[in-house]
Amino acid sequence: MSPEGINNIKRRNITNTVFHGLLFLSTLIGIMFLIVLIAQILIKGLGWLDWDFITNFPSRFPKKAGIKSALVGTIWVISFTALFSFPLGVGTAIYLEEYSKKSWYNRLLQINISNLAGVPSIVYGMLGLAVFVKLFNFERSILSASLTLTLLILPVIIVASQEALKSVPNSLKEGSYALGMSKWQTITGVVLPFALPGILTGTILALSRAIGEAAPLIMVGAFGYVAFLPKGPMDYFTTLPIQIFNWTSRPQSEFQNIAAAGIIVLLILLLSANAVAIILRNKYQKRI
Amino acid sequence: MASYIKVENLDFFYGDFQALHNINLEIEPKKITALIGPSGCGKSTFIRTLNRMNDLIDGTRVHGKIILDGKSILKNEIDVVELRKRVGMVFQKPNPFPKSIYENVIYGPKRHGIRNKSQLDQLVEQSLKNVALWDEVKDRLNESALALSGGQQQRLCIARSLAMKPDVLLMDEPTSALDPISTLRIEELVQQLKEQYTIVIVTHNMQQAARISDITAFFLNGELIEYGQTEYIFTKPCDQRTEDYITGRFG
Amino acid sequence: MTRYNYQNALDELEKEILKMGSLVEEQINLAVTSLAKQDLELARKVVDQDDIIDSLELEIEEKILKLIATQQPMAKDLRRIAAGFKIITDLERIGDNAVDIAKTTLRIGNEPLIKPLIDIPRMAEITQNMLREALDAYINEDVKLAETLAAKDDIVDSLHAQIIRELLTYMFENPRNINQGTHLMFVSRYLERIADHATNLGENVIYMVTAERKDLNE
Repeated sequence: MSPEGINNIKRRNITNTVFHGLLFLSTLIGIMFLIVLIAQILIKGLGWLDWDFITNFPSRFPKKAGIKSALVGTIWVISFTALFSFPLGVGTAIYLEEYSKKSWYNRLLQINISNLAGVPSIVYGMLGLAVFVKLFNFERSILSASLTLTLLILPVIIVASQEALKSVPNSLKEGSYALGMSKWQTITGVVLPFALPGILTGTILALSRAIGEAAPLIMVGAFGYVAFLPKGPMDYFTTLPIQIFNWTSRPQSEFQNIAAAGIIVLLILLLSANAVAIILRNKYQKRI
Repeated sequence: MASYIKVENLDFFYGDFQALHNINLEIEPKKITALIGPSGCGKSTFIRTLNRMNDLIDGTRVHGKIILDGKSILKNEIDVVELRKRVGMVFQKPNPFPKSIYENVIYGPKRHGIRNKSQLDQLVEQSLKNVALWDEVKDRLNESALALSGGQQQRLCIARSLAMKPDVLLMDEPTSALDPISTLRIEELVQQLKEQYTIVIVTHNMQQAARISDITAFFLNGELIEYGQTEYIFTKPCDQRTEDYITGRFG
Repeated sequence: MTRYNYQNALDELEKEILKMGSLVEEQINLAVTSLAKQDLELARKVVDQDDIIDSLELEIEEKILKLIATQQPMAKDLRRIAAGFKIITDLERIGDNAVDIAKTTLRIGNEPLIKPLIDIPRMAEITQNMLREALDAYINEDVKLAETLAAKDDIVDSLHAQIIRELLTYMFENPRNINQGTHLMFVSRYLERIADHATNLGENVIYMVTAERKDLNE
């Protein structure tokens, strides 16, 4: 080998090492901030986190304040959101992937859905306020909030489900058709079972995004102080992020600390949702 | 019952591209008809017209006649579902469904209305015995079909087709993804199956066509160049292009 | 069983070769008998029957070509089929030699023999045995049996030399014996050739089984 060649290799090795280091550094920066953030919250909030905190209604006195109504409200809102968004999202994805022909309006539809996934959540909040609260007169209720969050995460579920449906090997579909199956039999018999883990993962991740949303719910009119449990979808409500937001905007420093405690609960909720997503995916993948 | 297929003046188009030119061919019952030819010669396209799998591809057109036991199958009013029940197909890559072995075999029959458990059990046993897989899997019918080896998977796919009790079995390069031993087993199996079915097999492997088929058809550039008894095609072909292809002096 | 059809075809081929072998063996027997008994009828039958052997050879040849074209025989199977190809050629030549002997009968069958035939029938018997053993060795893949053919060929060779010497003395004695003597010399020569062909069969059997070439004709 010529000496230039050797130099070349040396230079390339150096470049390689430099970029390796830089990329590692950027990873490190992101993780560092996350760790600092979490550590700060844990230090502030852990002392305030106890069973009373979960079972108490909010209060003017930090020592007595709890998240009971917010937690239950979150569960109500998310359950309804799941109920609305899952069938709508999966249905849309099936239509787009399996039934729709390639035409200009279907392409337009597709582009719009992808764009909707990137629309700021506050815009959905305004939409929810205009349509559900005012136009449909659902008022400031769990239903309005769920429908608003459904709109918010629908594009995400659709896109994720479409990806899952796209990953179904064509050979499986052909195998089903070759056995004299109709399109619907093929979709229910082969396509959906294969795509289900992907669809579920996407849905759960989208729902966990919805759990953490505060902005649109403020627009729809969640309350910062609810001292009762909702009994139906038309009731007033609050949710964890709203409650936390409410506390952080108070002047007393104790409220900053219980806000941190609330964040810990929210994080636990989110992480367990993600864990469920992973477990579900693994379970179904094993069955496959 | 094995079927007799007659193909008359068949043209096939993908959009503007004509993939098959005026194919005329008779496929005899209880015989293995092998379709050979270089890649892109139209043999796979042709076999997929026999159970109208090409309907699934947008922008395809077909002219001419395919007559299955006296009935034209290319007419629009023909029930494709019914046709595909009679004309089974096995694909190049084993494609068992991500279900249990048992579920794979009864996938078709169950959805076509057989619900009786003992009837289904019997069907599973019979179909798996037909492909010489029963002894290997009878103790683990509820395990995933994807845990089987490639050769076993392909035999399962054949069993899955047989469970529909077809008259014709189409095989699109059924061994191209398998090792030599599995290939040999599939070849044996195909030779046994011809006692009951009409078999059409597409193969890249000329030697395979020579070993197992009764009739060989040679395709080139979308045309049927020559077809006849396999031993004649391979010892004294009539067309120079066939000779060039089977002697490996092609292109 | 794997490759059931192929195995069937191989077995079938072996049977056909065996059938051709026994036909040829019978031809030698009949030809020499016709000569010893001066039976012209029998000699004509031998000449006619050669057509059966010739067509059988073509038939087997066709089968072998089809087997090679469609079944891609390899290794021992390939050697077996290749040996078969050569064996039928040898068998056909042996058949021709039998016809040559029968034709000699037709030429000299009307004149009294210059001497009763003793060594020639003996030679014929040995060559027939050699042929039978060569075919047995082929069927049973019996290398040892094939190797014994060399010794038997030596016996035939020395018998041939002896017959030539004897016939020469007859011809020296009486020039009128020269015509018949020459014909009988040829008969002896044909039988000696038959033994050589049988030895060739043996060599092919050895190659088929061991994949090694061995010359039994030294």
